[in-house]
Amino acid sequence: MSLVTSINGNALILGLKGRLDQDNCDAFRDELTPHLDAAARDHLAIVLDLSQLEYVSSAGLRCFMLAVKQAKTYNGRIVVAALQPMVAEIFQISRFDMLLEVFATVAKAVAAVASSPSSEKT
Amino acid sequence: MIIRLWGTRGSLPVALTSADISDKIVQALLKASGRSFATSEEACAFTRDELGFAVKGTFGGHTSCVELDLGGDEYYVCDMGSGARPFGAHVLARQQGRPATVNIFMSHVHWDHIMGFPFFGPAYVPGTKIRIHGCHDMLEHAFRLQQSPPCFPVTFAQMAANIEFVQLSPDKKYKIGTLSVTPALQLHSGDSYGYRFEIGDKTVVYSTDSEHKLDDGNEVKRIAEFFREADVVVFDAMYALADAISVKADWGHSSNVVGVELCQKALAKHLVLFHHEPANNDATLERLLNETRRFEELTREGPVLMISSAYDGMEIEL
Repeated sequence: MSLVTSINGNALILGLKGRLDQDNCDAFRDELTPHLDAAARDHLAIVLDLSQLEYVSSAGLRCFMLAVKQAKTYNGRIVVAALQPMVAEIFQISRFDMLLEVFATVAKAVAAVASSPSSEKT
Repeated sequence: MIIRLWGTRGSLPVALTSADISDKIVQALLKASGRSFATSEEACAFTRDELGFAVKGTFGGHTSCVELDLGGDEYYVCDMGSGARPFGAHVLARQQGRPATVNIFMSHVHWDHIMGFPFFGPAYVPGTKIRIHGCHDMLEHAFRLQQSPPCFPVTFAQMAANIEFVQLSPDKKYKIGTLSVTPALQLHSGDSYGYRFEIGDKTVVYSTDSEHKLDDGNEVKRIAEFFREADVVVFDAMYALADAISVKADWGHSSNVVGVELCQKALAKHLVLFHHEPANNDATLERLLNETRRFEELTREGPVLMISSAYDGMEIEL
């Protein structure tokens, strides 16, 4: 797991690479924390770019949920984008596609958060 | 050994309505459109081979009751949900007047797991021995309480069988009849206990009403060890993962996805989805089964994990 970051408008884009499971979910959460702080401080929405994420387990999905929950405490917004087919199927089977905002591409996610960067307006 | 599932529904018994049955008939007729059947055998073959389970059958609505049939006059059963009523009728029919010994293993004493006992026929037959095993110290109190006025007209004391309560401790292996039994603590309101049953080279794990938090690696390892290389794991898969860890967190139940992950980690052979959400109809449960099989396929790194969805009347031969 590694995070690649960039900013596009009011979106902080975090690219995940590799696998997210029980073995590395704590490290992922630690790595995510400063980005959540930065997004809260700078009023940025977070777009998780999953195009390089090969696999996510239930423990990894829980990390996403906790991040979204944390973002909501400061009225922030986290969305996911560009899921690989296997990850998209896992989202659908686990019903995480109903819990999180999912976009087909990073560009679509960036466009969506540009008009509504906070969770209040969604 | 035959594992016979008498009750597979979670929380509350449910029954098909007239509308549900009409809907199944309509779907079957549509599927048969243009076909004719000269004999009932032909119609049976069509039903068996061409209709999906959710159309030709039902997952059923009795609450938890799972028998391990080892043959003979001694019976082994997990929980006394409403499935205990047909299980009791089965015992009486098979015994034909001979006294039976029934070993009951209680996951916990929530209502849906004890409600069948007042309707368990063998409990009214003199000479029957019933041993109710469990790790909760209020086991006897709960059984007596549900048959106290004003809740039920027949008191516990009026039951004619010889009923004994046997206190077990978690993580300790017991020899009960011909079975080795090891209880394990599970996360549920008021605690619940799973059971690992071993006989010869066969292992069955009964694990219901158990929530699995995903933030504790050691707990995941403990449960996987409890499931280790089991031939069959009967698993609480009541909710979708997203619900189980968000809006229904701390409700004490788990999901199909976590069931697959734990069984894969444990190298278990057969996962049986159990304790179905009462709001789920047959079509939804069939879809969940297909999705669970797909999830197993997507995430498989070792041997194939067989996946079934429990239904009332299901038999698994080991």
